Amino acid sequence: MKDTAESYTTEDGRTIGPVVMEMKNITLRFGGVEAIKDISFDIREGEIRAIIGPNGAGKSSMLNVISGFYVPQEGEVWYKGAKRPPMKPYQVAQQGIARTFQNIALFEGMTVLDNVMTGRLTHMESGLFGQALWKGKAEREEIENREIAEKIIDFLEIQAIRKTPVARLPYGLKKRVELARALAAEPTILLLDEPMAGMNVEEKEDMSRFVLDVNDEFGTTIALIEHDMGVVMDLSDRVVVMDYGKKIGDGTPDAVRNNQDVIDAYLGVSHD
Amino acid sequence: MPEQLAFTIEVFLNGLMAGVLYALVALGFVLIYKASGIFNYAQGVMALFAAMTLVGIQNGQVPFSHLINAIFGTDIHYFGWDVHSVLAIALTVVVMIALAWMVQRFVFRHLVGQEPIILFMATIGLAYFLEGVADLMWGSEIKTLNVCAAEGNCLPQGINGWIDETTFNLTGYGFFIDNLDIVASLVAAVLVIGLVLFAQYTKQGRAMRAVADDHQAALSVGVSLNFIWVLVWSLAGFVALVAGIMWGAKSGVQFSLSLIALKALPVLMLGGFTSIPGAIVGGLIIGVGEKLFEFLIGAPYLGGATENWFAYMLALVFLVFRPQGLFGEKIIERV
Repeated sequence: MKDTAESYTTEDGRTIGPVVMEMKNITLRFGGVEAIKDISFDIREGEIRAIIGPNGAGKSSMLNVISGFYVPQEGEVWYKGAKRPPMKPYQVAQQGIARTFQNIALFEGMTVLDNVMTGRLTHMESGLFGQALWKGKAEREEIENREIAEKIIDFLEIQAIRKTPVARLPYGLKKRVELARALAAEPTILLLDEPMAGMNVEEKEDMSRFVLDVNDEFGTTIALIEHDMGVVMDLSDRVVVMDYGKKIGDGTPDAVRNNQDVIDAYLGVSHD
Repeated sequence: MPEQLAFTIEVFLNGLMAGVLYALVALGFVLIYKASGIFNYAQGVMALFAAMTLVGIQNGQVPFSHLINAIFGTDIHYFGWDVHSVLAIALTVVVMIALAWMVQRFVFRHLVGQEPIILFMATIGLAYFLEGVADLMWGSEIKTLNVCAAEGNCLPQGINGWIDETTFNLTGYGFFIDNLDIVASLVAAVLVIGLVLFAQYTKQGRAMRAVADDHQAALSVGVSLNFIWVLVWSLAGFVALVAGIMWGAKSGVQFSLSLIALKALPVLMLGGFTSIPGAIVGGLIIGVGEKLFEFLIGAPYLGGATENWFAYMLALVFLVFRPQGLFGEKIIERV
């Protein structure tokens, strides 16, 4: 494989940076069930990294390990060249890892703008009293963060619903608002848990375009989970394939597509 | 203006003032319930504890003096100084924040993810524990609370006289409204506006609303649940202090003060458990409702003393026809 500290250029001319996150021999158990079995892989700066696999393969569990919602029993997570100690999810978020959820976790009672503004929370530094008095630094901060939030709202083309309470939005738009909130954190790594699940073809195309644009425009490293093989193959630079908690393939979409284990996992194989 | 009508208006106004005091207690419940789903039975005791602490600090009482005297055979009760009320209030706020931190650290941190009924029972335990601590710390005798004890009376004495005079000139009937009620209303208004602004426009306020809405999503944007919970318990402690001052000044600081929590229940059923405006409007409706009912129907036809049960009856009617309250979130089960 390529050197972890070096950048390289792909065949179609995309520059992929050095490794920013590395999972080393991760094992995660729920009681007697091993959801993830001894999996290692890395995420490089600026790439779109997909995690695919059939239902129950442990993809979401893996994402939850990265974002700190699950703590693995074994293995190490290395982030920006240092081993990450066990952390709460909010601490992981503060380190620059933002995420979306498979079943959408938005603040339903708040407006779209307020939801996106919560994404800026990790960038606000003024203390409780400064905030309570809303003077000086706190006021400047609020204005700056508001500008960034508005920029992202523009970028994802949701200006029209800025002031709408999220509870009233249709599913596809909620997914987009959730992406906006994660993006507002200006994350080092953006984790997307099935960003296109339950969408129609048109919505999927929109979402794919946004994922690519985000990666292009902001240079954000993206790790995503997806079911739709076609979408994954078009979007991603490298793919990890999981099945029953084990890693059965890792590489470029083309390499993975021709991997016999992957074909067996997806199409089934006769045991004789 | 006919005397009967003027009298009714006066009763109405007094009802509003009483309602403000109910609303103050209900507010503390709403804050905690919204952010953590805990129905805090101890809110009334927190008001008692806050009021006792304030009086104790003001009078320069030695905390736990009975305990200290019993162990060391000493005989100390007072430091021998009076603390300025502003300083005393500030110190009490510090005590309430410390209490919030301890409640979160030693009780609810260990109960994360438990059933609501278990959390509720924990708050009942907390209520009795806190009552015991208050007793041990400051003694059980009834104390009078004068917010301006050290400086003489600083409430604006002229206002109710002025109201009396003006309304007499206008309508031929002078309204009597208690000074303390006017001050309480103003303080409550400032408190509510402050809370709403804080929740709406500050970083911590936004984080607080985020936690109230969805724990998982709040974690994913970098909000520490523990910090927010300490924050809301502190805010609830502060609201309890304000309620404790108002009620304590009205009826003396005594252990029956903790029973005001029971008065807040019908207010919450009316206003909804999750709505700050609901707590205010609910409090006002109960206050006005029970005073007017007593004046117009209770006293003339039912032999009086309806104020004791009117609020609960009204809450019962609400439970039948609108269980989520006036402003609460409607509970819709998807099939």
